Amino acid sequence: MKKNRITLGHGGGGKLMHDLVEQFFVKKLSNPILDRLDDHATLEMGNCRLAFSTDSYVVNPIFFQGGDIGKLAICGTVNDVAMSGAIPKYLSAAFVIEEGLLMTDLEKVLDSMVKAAEEAGVQIVTGDTKVVEIGGADKLFINTAGVGAIPEGVNISGSNAKVGDKVILSGSIGDHGIAVISEREGLQFKTIVQSDCAPLNHLVADMLNVCPDIRALRDPTRGGLSSTLNEFATQSKVGISLEEDKIPIKEGVLGACEMLGYDPFHVANEGKLVAVVPPHKSEAILEAMRKNKYGKDSQIIGNVVDEPKGKVVVNTAVGATRILDMLIGEQLPRIC
Amino acid sequence: MKYLSEFRDPVLAKKLTQSIKEISRRKTNLMEVCGTHTVAISKSGIRQVMPENITLLSGPGCPVCVTANSDLDKAIAIAKSGVIFTTFGDMLKVPSSYSSLGEEKTVGVDIRVVYSTLDALKIAEENPDRDVVFYAVGFETTAPTIAISLMEAERRGIKNYSIYCVHKIVPPAIRALLDLGELGLEGFICPGHVSAIIGSDPYQFITDEYQIPCVVAGFEPLDILQTIYMLVKQVEDGEAKVEIQYKRSVSPEGNKIAQEMMDKVFETADAEWRGIGIIPGSGLKVREDYSHFDAEKRFDVDVPPTKPDPPGCSCGEILRGIKFPYDCQLFGQACTPERPIGPCMVSSEGCCAAYYRYRRA
Repeated sequence: MKKNRITLGHGGGGKLMHDLVEQFFVKKLSNPILDRLDDHATLEMGNCRLAFSTDSYVVNPIFFQGGDIGKLAICGTVNDVAMSGAIPKYLSAAFVIEEGLLMTDLEKVLDSMVKAAEEAGVQIVTGDTKVVEIGGADKLFINTAGVGAIPEGVNISGSNAKVGDKVILSGSIGDHGIAVISEREGLQFKTIVQSDCAPLNHLVADMLNVCPDIRALRDPTRGGLSSTLNEFATQSKVGISLEEDKIPIKEGVLGACEMLGYDPFHVANEGKLVAVVPPHKSEAILEAMRKNKYGKDSQIIGNVVDEPKGKVVVNTAVGATRILDMLIGEQLPRIC
Repeated sequence: MKYLSEFRDPVLAKKLTQSIKEISRRKTNLMEVCGTHTVAISKSGIRQVMPENITLLSGPGCPVCVTANSDLDKAIAIAKSGVIFTTFGDMLKVPSSYSSLGEEKTVGVDIRVVYSTLDALKIAEENPDRDVVFYAVGFETTAPTIAISLMEAERRGIKNYSIYCVHKIVPPAIRALLDLGELGLEGFICPGHVSAIIGSDPYQFITDEYQIPCVVAGFEPLDILQTIYMLVKQVEDGEAKVEIQYKRSVSPEGNKIAQEMMDKVFETADAEWRGIGIIPGSGLKVREDYSHFDAEKRFDVDVPPTKPDPPGCSCGEILRGIKFPYDCQLFGQACTPERPIGPCMVSSEGCCAAYYRYRRA
């Protein structure tokens, strides 16, 4: 009898990881808050609703075009908190450092954390440091957790999408995944792709100003756009219909994906969000998003439909339709 | 000209589809013999917009899928012999008789995914006290890069690098398929990347001896639609000639420099294809001059007896184009990309994986 083991695919943000989360973590640790399976937990404390989220960052290499592990560790957690509609306020940061890391590299990472935290308007208020022997970690792993208060009247969840709603994407997909893989593998493409790593909390605030009734918000990180949309479709028990030609993809990303055999829908983003919004507010939200520098290329990319429930359907350029599945295992290992 | 978005234009796609419908009268079975085409056709949904009389079949175009079980068993035996075994990522999950490279990796066998042969060569340079083997799986597209790695290793005096070569070439496989006589084919959608290396001349025998039209195609939706139009036109006009649709990359004579490199390092040999068997002259083996880089000669490994394909798996028939993936009793039920049984469901360019992943809504 073969023993099942964890593979890199279990960390890829796709179907394997979802199965692992459901069959192990949720099964063992189940409670009503965790079981909602949003990227954040919503906590009721007195009269206040808090959003709480945590994430670990293990990207290889730790410096890449458009960012580094420090910027990622701040933006990733800020974004997870912000996707609840909350205003992120305080972060923790824990470091697992491999013996031999250059002090100057650590300093660069910290400087970039400070800069990203300033832009996001959050403070790092508690932390932890561990050092492990060579081979016990790869240079530097960072865990951050964050909290923020959810404004009254805001109720955002992947399970709130309704038939007729519009789906908005805040810009081009695949930039982060391709930037990291190019850096790591030393792939030289004609166009240098920069990671889109950015804090999106101010963009979310701009959207909520126009429409507090946003149904669902998520940042499509590992597993890419397809994982996020499939999660919405499953959680809300609806279908999602996409127009392929409305989805912005940079030529550099498209070219790299063609060469590597990746599907841009599966490639990670670190500075994009997908929103499901009420149809009558979609144009106003889009306009507000396009005024923010992190949402200037926003597009309405599709609709929430009744059928097929739990599935995402793409209308292709030749006038056909196809199912958009979640990534199964890993596409790009250790990209965040 | 950016070469990608222009070839995905919905308005032009509609016009081309309409033109195909207007000229196509006869029953027309077309086969693509390139995994990238299989994926592109499924992904854009071209089958859905074809008239009923046109059927698109997939042939043995995925190098991962056509790799025989016995070759995989040997690769795993070499990997377990203490070397650093490097491979393109696609091979990791393909089930062999007993396990897969991916499974072996999780229990500590030193198997590393690389993006090019030069990465493997770099690993060899960085680990002078270890043997580094590259698993050379592929068609003419990647063969020149394998050849370069051996020439580079020679030039740089890297002695701990070798390749386990199960490379294959496409034209003999097409002949073997036709000689099996199982297919009623009206046209071949010839591979674009392979033809960028070998040119379109090597397909001449298909039109001369078998009177079947051939068009070398690009990979974007408009490329494929135009190719289908060109093939249908030949069929309706009663012609059989070799044409190139993918002119921005392919010439009749191909890339001479790449061909010379291949020729310097490799010679043709018989090779086993999954689903088809041994095809004469369809493989590439390392020439005597470079045999010190041939892992098969360097490592004398015990290979356990090869097991036949799992019961019920139709990969063989699917690779020969006589069954569609959904004709297989395991497809989408017992065999899915999460729990693949046959290689066609494993590889990202596999026919079953493409049909499953991009199934019709």
